[in-house]
Amino acid sequence: MSAIQPGPEAPAGATPLLEVRDLATWFESDRGLVHAVDGVSFTLERGRTVGIVGESGSGKTVLTRSIMGLLPKSGVRRQGSIRFEGVEIGSAPPRQMRKYWGAHMGMVFQDPMTSLNPVMKVGHQITESIHAHLDVSRTFARELALSLLESVRVPDPQRRMDEYPHQLSGGLRQRVCIAVALACGPQLLLADEPTTALDVTVQAQVLDLLEAQQRERFMALALVTHDLGVVAGRADEVIVMYAGQVVEKAATATLFSDMKMPYTEALLHSIPTIDQPSHTRLSAIPGRPPDLVHLPTGCRFAARCAYVQDRCLEEQPPLRPGATPGHEFRCWFPVGTPEGQAARARNEGVEQR
Amino acid sequence: MAGTGTAHLRAESDVLLRVEDLVVEFHVDGGRVKAVSGISLDLVEGETLGLVGESGCGKSTTARAVMQLPRPTSGRVRFDGVELTELKGDALRRIRPRMQMIFQDPISSLNPRRKVGTIVAEGLDIWGTGDAGSRRARVDEMLGAVGLDPDSTRNRRPHEFSGGQCQRISIARAVITEPKLIICDEPVSALDVSVQAQILNLLEDMKQRYDLTMLFIAHDLAVVKNVSDRVAVMYLGKLCEVGPPDQLYERPAHPYTAALLAAIPVPDPASRLDDAHVLGGDIPSNLDPPSGCRFRTRCPKAQARCADEEPSIREVGPGQYVACHFPLAPGEAIEFAATA
Repeated sequence: MSAIQPGPEAPAGATPLLEVRDLATWFESDRGLVHAVDGVSFTLERGRTVGIVGESGSGKTVLTRSIMGLLPKSGVRRQGSIRFEGVEIGSAPPRQMRKYWGAHMGMVFQDPMTSLNPVMKVGHQITESIHAHLDVSRTFARELALSLLESVRVPDPQRRMDEYPHQLSGGLRQRVCIAVALACGPQLLLADEPTTALDVTVQAQVLDLLEAQQRERFMALALVTHDLGVVAGRADEVIVMYAGQVVEKAATATLFSDMKMPYTEALLHSIPTIDQPSHTRLSAIPGRPPDLVHLPTGCRFAARCAYVQDRCLEEQPPLRPGATPGHEFRCWFPVGTPEGQAARARNEGVEQR
Repeated sequence: MAGTGTAHLRAESDVLLRVEDLVVEFHVDGGRVKAVSGISLDLVEGETLGLVGESGCGKSTTARAVMQLPRPTSGRVRFDGVELTELKGDALRRIRPRMQMIFQDPISSLNPRRKVGTIVAEGLDIWGTGDAGSRRARVDEMLGAVGLDPDSTRNRRPHEFSGGQCQRISIARAVITEPKLIICDEPVSALDVSVQAQILNLLEDMKQRYDLTMLFIAHDLAVVKNVSDRVAVMYLGKLCEVGPPDQLYERPAHPYTAALLAAIPVPDPASRLDDAHVLGGDIPSNLDPPSGCRFRTRCPKAQARCADEEPSIREVGPGQYVACHFPLAPGEAIEFAATA
C-alpha cells in the first residue's frame, strides 16, 4: 500500500489540515430558512481525532456533508469558509470536489447497507475508487483491495472480494465501507455515526479498527456520534453541537472533568449507566430542541436549561474561552461557577415554592 | 452457553406469564431458521423482565411468539392461568387487550392517516367499552397520563409529533385497554438520549400507576438495567444467563454476558477498554447453529465438552442462573482474542 501513502508530514506550524470558519448551511423550505448549521468554526490537525457530538437536528451530519461538498444542488445557502490544506473548498463545485473525494478525504456513513452498491461485488467497490484516482493495473488494484480488506480485518478476504454486500453481516459491511474510504489513502476521514446501526460488541470492534487505521496512517478523524460514551475514550477533542451551533469545545479530558455548558452536563446525566443501581430515576432533559426555522432570540438551549435566567432568553451567549486553553463554551451561567450555581439554586427555589 | 432448562423458573402459582421451552423456526430457501430454540422465561406480577442480546439473538421473535404473532413452533405460553398456544379465534382475541405491545419505531407503528384521539381510542372502540362520552374521557385521561395535553393533541396526526411524543402516544394506546402485561420491544432505541430518559422515566411511572408487568426488550444493557427487576441474556436463540440486574452486571457468570458488558462505551475518558476485552468475530448463522453450546465458537473458555454437550441452566448464586459448563468465578477476568 506504500504507493498510496499520504505525502511527507507537514512541518510544524504549517497550515492545519482542515480549517472551518463561521460555516453556515441553511436550507430553504416552505416554512422559511432552516438553520441547520449556523456559524461553526474548528480546526483539525493531521493525526488527531475530533468527536462531534449532538442529537438529531443538532447539525452534525449537515456539517460533515458541508465539508465533503455533499449538499443538494439547490435550495441551500452557504456562508463561511472551509479550507483543506489551506485551499478554500467551501464553494468548490462537485466537479472540483471529485478529486478530493477518496484521495484526500473519505467518508464512512451510518448505514453500511445503503452506502454500498448492492449489485456490485465487494472487491469491485474498492477497486473502483482506486482506479478513479491512481493509474494502476487491474491486477495491482485487486491486490491492493485484498490487502485493504486484510487491514480492516475482514476474515477470508479472498472469498469476500467476490461476494455482494447482502452476503455480509452489518459489521463486515461497515469494515468494507471503511476499506473503500481508505483505499486511496485520505488524510481526513469523516465517520458519521459509523457504529450506530451496529451491535455493541461489533461497535467496539469497528471503533478499535478506525482508531488503529487512524494511528497507522496518521490521518485526521472526525467521529460524529450522538453517544458521549463513544468519543470519551477515543477523541482528542470533543465538539458538542446543539441547534446548529457549537455549544462547547474542549480537549476530551477537560470536557468530561470541567464541563461548563449546561447542555453537555444534562446530556451526560440523561444517559443510564451500568454503574447505577437498577430503577435509578434518570435526569431527563425536559422538552425538545428548538425549531430551526424560528430560532429563539437568546440562548438556544434556554427553554430546557436548569440554569436559565432572564438574560438567557434575551441575549445569545457567544462562545467564550474557559480556564483551559482550547476550551470554549456558550453560556452566561456556566456549570460549576458561582454565578451558575446561584442561577440553578434560584430556579430550584422557584420550583419548590 | 446458550443452553436449555427451566431451573430458573419460579413456582407456577406465583407467576403471571410462564414461557416454557419456546421454539420458533421459519422455513426459508436452503433450510430452517432456528430463531428461538427452547427459551423458558417467567414473569411475576408487577415485575419487569429485561431481555437483552444482539441482533439476531431471537429476543423480538420470543416476544412475538408470546403474543402468538405468529404462533410458536412448539412450547408452552401460559398467561394468567390460560394456555395461549391452545386458544383459537375469538378466545385468543379476547385475551389480547390484556397483553399489549410497544414497538421500536414510534412513527411507523402509528397509522399516519388517523388522528391521535382515534389511534388511542381504537382498543376501546373495538371492544365497545362504555359509551362514546366515557371513551373520550378515558382517551383524555391516558393522553394526560403520558404527559401530553389532550386538547392540543387529540385532533392532530402522528406526523405532527416528534419521535418521543409518538412513543408517548403508543404508550397511551397500549395502556388504555387496562392490560396486565406490556411487551416493550426496543421502545427507546430510535430516540435521542435526552428523550430516551423521558420515556424510560415515563414507563416506570406508568408501571406503578397502572400495576403493569413488563417484558422489556433492548440491546442496550444500561437501559435494561435501569428498568429491570430481573435480566435475561440471549444469544443465538438460547438463554445464557438470568439474574437480578445489580448482581448480574457486577458478577457476570456467563462469558457472553461479560463480553457484552465489556463492550459498552463508557462516557468517561479514564475508563478506556483495551482490545483484549473486545469480543471478536460475528454471530454465527441460525440456519446451522454450532453444536452444543452456541457461543462456543467465540468463547475463549470453550473446551471439547462445549461442542458435544449443551449446557443446561443452573443456579450459580442467589437468583442467578447460567447455562455454561465453565462459568466465570466472581471477579474472574476474561480475555478475548483480538480477532476471530
